[in-house]
This record gives sequence, structure tokens and C-alpha cells, in this order.
Amino acid sequence: MSSRADTFSSPPQDKQKSWFERLLTTIYLRPWLMLVLLLILPLGWMLFIYLGSLATLLVNSFYHLDDFTGLVDRSRLTLATYASLFTPANLDIVLRTASMALAVTLACALLAFPLSYYIARFASPRWRGFLYLAVLLPLWSSYLVRVYAWKLILAKEGILTWFINQIGLAGVLEAWLRIPTVGGSSLSVSPTGMFIVFVYVWLPYMVLPIIAALERVPKSLQEASSDLGARPLLTFRHILLPLALPGIVAGSIFTFSLTLGDFIIPLTLGNSKFFIGQAVLSHVGTSGNLPLAAAFTMVPIVIMVLYLLVARRMGAFEAM
Amino acid sequence: MTRQKTSQNSEKAPRLLTATAIAVLLFLHIPVIIILLYAFTTDESAYTFPPPGLTTRWWAVAWGRQDFWQALGLSLRVALVATSVALVLGTLAAAAVSRTRFFGRESISFLLILPIALPGIVTGIALRAAIGAGNIPFSFWTIVIGHATFCVVVVYNNVLARFRRTGHSLIEASMDLGAHGWQTFRFIVLPAISTALLAGGMLAFALSFDEVIVTTFTAGQQSTLPIWIFSQLTRPRDRPVTNVVAMIVIAITFIPIILAHRLTSEQSE
Repeated sequence: MSSRADTFSSPPQDKQKSWFERLLTTIYLRPWLMLVLLLILPLGWMLFIYLGSLATLLVNSFYHLDDFTGLVDRSRLTLATYASLFTPANLDIVLRTASMALAVTLACALLAFPLSYYIARFASPRWRGFLYLAVLLPLWSSYLVRVYAWKLILAKEGILTWFINQIGLAGVLEAWLRIPTVGGSSLSVSPTGMFIVFVYVWLPYMVLPIIAALERVPKSLQEASSDLGARPLLTFRHILLPLALPGIVAGSIFTFSLTLGDFIIPLTLGNSKFFIGQAVLSHVGTSGNLPLAAAFTMVPIVIMVLYLLVARRMGAFEAM
Repeated sequence: MTRQKTSQNSEKAPRLLTATAIAVLLFLHIPVIIILLYAFTTDESAYTFPPPGLTTRWWAVAWGRQDFWQALGLSLRVALVATSVALVLGTLAAAAVSRTRFFGRESISFLLILPIALPGIVTGIALRAAIGAGNIPFSFWTIVIGHATFCVVVVYNNVLARFRRTGHSLIEASMDLGAHGWQTFRFIVLPAISTALLAGGMLAFALSFDEVIVTTFTAGQQSTLPIWIFSQLTRPRDRPVTNVVAMIVIAITFIPIILAHRLTSEQSE
């Protein structure tokens, strides 16, 4: 503490400021210069590296892979690659991914709401901090490991099948797995398994914005509603839900976007039916068709931009 | 009785709500506990439950694996360097945005958040396209650049929130009292934002340490720890070792997150 005080009360130093200190003061006294110096690195990085890369990606999507030579034709820009997105096989991939994203988003909202409501309204301050951390931990950490955990859980010889056998529902599971669009040879290679894992990994992204939205709902509003004779369900439908909606929409931005762009879960738990992420990965990797991969990437971007426009109108950005 | 309850303002949650909330919390956390169990199973070739027996053998096996240590080393180095870059860039951007109003100020936040708002695959393949277009060989630095790009926003958000709360008057007072620019930075600005830096840095570290989607496109043949795990996911060869490694990754990412949470919640109290 005393050394700190000394630094400030040592006038002799003032006379012999080093060039460095004088430079700092000069900068401080010129706001525009300060601003330029502060921004040049971060803005330069984001513009040059990030936006530059995105631009390169966009340009690539207008190239075309020559079917005969197997090489990318960079001599001219064409829409041919985009056109090949509209083949039935590729449309199928887009549709499959989007419906999974939708289903996952709905399930996340359903599961997140009770937990968020409990945390926002009923938990004591001490508990609140703890519960908040319990949601934050899975959000920030070990996404891949948590997917891996489900590989263990969903395996044919794993805990979930074991549990289902224990409660005597093995027949139900088998019947479910035989349904073509949701089933598979076991839970660990089925759309149902993917759905569960998607919901699991993105759930925290839905919980946090809903908590934020619900915290802003004044308690008196609910009390007034029930004092006026509304049953809990009616209060939920007309008071709580509309006020929580911006939070739900904000959360859905994450769950939707993350599902659209993921390839880890489809590769780990999916079958031969591709998702957008897998398609992109395989076009980059084995077939070397970067233009098609780039065009494919534009699909989630376009979907998300449209989604964000709608979300903004619903006030989702204030709830983030 | 009822009157007392309402005046205390501490109503009980409906039972069904409490039960659902607990069930959802269990859903969020049980899978990680299951990994803990499998890190000790004697089962080598399957994921049998209940485990046929328990052993600590696989920890020793993992300890002796060169590929594990190399991947861990690479991941730690990448996370450290990417976090450092993110700390510098994020703090600079936060200082600029909090201090002055200028044209395009809103779009800076938007630009910084874009790498995590867009699906990870977009950032990944965009960087890959740029790497390809520039004929840049894959290296440690291509991974770092990718990670730093999406880590900046984490530091930025934390530091910006702190700058907004501390205000600018202390800095002005310091300069008015004759402190030099460097002294002001060292004794006023830095202490004020230190915990925000620490929290942001730790979150950035956790984010980078287990990132896999962007890394897939920027690593080339190199193997970070997540990439190593991912290769085991799609083609399992060493199941028991993977279980142990999974446990280690969880431990390494949990600690900084808990610390960051502590740091930020102490501040707000």
C-alpha cells in the first residue's frame, strides 16, 4: 500500500518523464488516436482473419468442381454448385437436419422451462448460485466428453438398455427401434439416440436465457392473476408464457443453430443418413469438393439469418 | 398461518415443479458420473453395465501412452496461447467500446460474437477455405488462430461488463493527480479489471481446451486431445483408455469454470 502511495507522490519523476510515459499521455489526450490504437488489433484480427475467411468461403461456393478432372475450376464464378444443392439427396439432408433442429429445440424448451422457473422463482439465494453453476458447468465444458458419455449409456450392453430390461420394457424399446425413421439397430446408432444427446448437450443454452426472462416477471403480476381467480394453468398460459417467450426464443437461437452445424453427434450416433455437418465434412475431406461444402455451409447461415430476424422481432435479443 | 406465509414472501414450490426440476438436473449431470464409473471398469471391449469389475489399471495404461501425452500437451499449449491472444484482443476491444462512442460501435459486439453465434462448422470451414486459398501449411498456429477467434468474445464480454461498472472517473482522477499513463494503467485500470480478466481468461481456456469442430478444419494431421477422443468415438480402439482420458478432460475444464464462476459472483454480491 505504501509503495503504491509513493508512486503517486514523487514529483521529481515528473520532470524526467521517459519518452514512453510522455507517449502514453499524448495518446491519452487524443481520444481518436487512443481509439484507433485500441481497435487496430482486435478489429484487424476479426476483419482480416475472420471476415476474410468467411469471404473466401463465399467465393469458394461460386466455384465448381469439374466432374471430369476432379479439380476445382477457379477460372469462373458460377451458380452450378448451388444448383446441385437442390438435388433430392441434398434437399433430404437439409430437411432432415432442420427437422432434428426443430424437434431438439422444442424438447429443450419443454425441459428447460420447469428448471428455469424453479431457479428463477423458488430457489433460495444460496441454492440459486449453486443451481446456476450446475447449469453453467455443462454449458462451458467437455462437450465432446459428454457426447462420449452417451455412447456408453446408449450402447446395446449399456446402462439404459439394462435399466429398460430391469423395468420390463425391453419389448417396447425393440418395437420403437423397429420404426424406420426414428429407430436403428440399437439406441446408440439411431435418430432417437441422436435426439436425446442433442437435447442433453444444448439444454443449458436454453435454461439460462429463460431464467433471465423469468427473473424479470414481477411476482405481483402472477399474484394478481391468481387473486382475480385465474387457475395456475390459465396464469401460465396468459401471464408467464408470453413474458418468458423472449427467453425461449433467445435459447432456441442457440439450440437451433448448434444442431444445424454439428457433425460430432451425427458421426458418433447416427447411421448412413447424413446431416448438414457430415455432408460438409465429407465434401471437404474425402471428395475434395470445397465448393459444394461451402455452398452447403450457406444453408445453416441463411436459415440462421432468417431465424435471427424473426427472433429480433420477438424481443429475443433483450433476453440474452 | 397463511398471512404469515405471504408476508414472509417465501412460498413453497409446487411438488410437481420441484420433481421435474430435479429430474432435469439429474439428466444434465448423471452422464458425467457414469463416465467416472467407466474409467474404472475392467471391461475392455464393450460398455457393459453393470461393469464386470473395477480396477485402476487403465489409469496406469493411460499414463504410459505417448499419444495421450502429446495430445494433452498440444491442447494445453494451444489453449494457453489462444487465451493469451484473446485476453489482449478482448480487453482492447472492450476498452474501446466502453470508453468512446463512435460510428459502428454496435457492430463491433456483433462482429465479435459472430464466431460463436454461427454454427461452429461455419467458422471451421471458412478458416479452412482461407488456409487453402493462402496455401498455408497446417501448424500449431493455424489451430491457435481459430481458437483465439472464438475466444475473444468471452474475454470481451467479461471485461466490458467490468468497465461499465467501474466507470471512467477513477482513470480521470488518476491522470489529474499527475499519474503517468502507465501508472494509471498499472495501478487503476489493471486492478479494476483483474478479476474480470481472470474469469474471462479461464472461460476462454475451457472453451479452447475441448473445442473440436473448428479444430477439425484447422489442425491438419495434428491431434489435440479432443481430436484424439473424437477419433476414438468414431472408431473405438482403446475404450478403457478413452474412458480415463474423458475423465481427465472433465477435471481440467471443470476447475477453471468453477473458479471463474466464483470470481464473477463474488464481484456481483
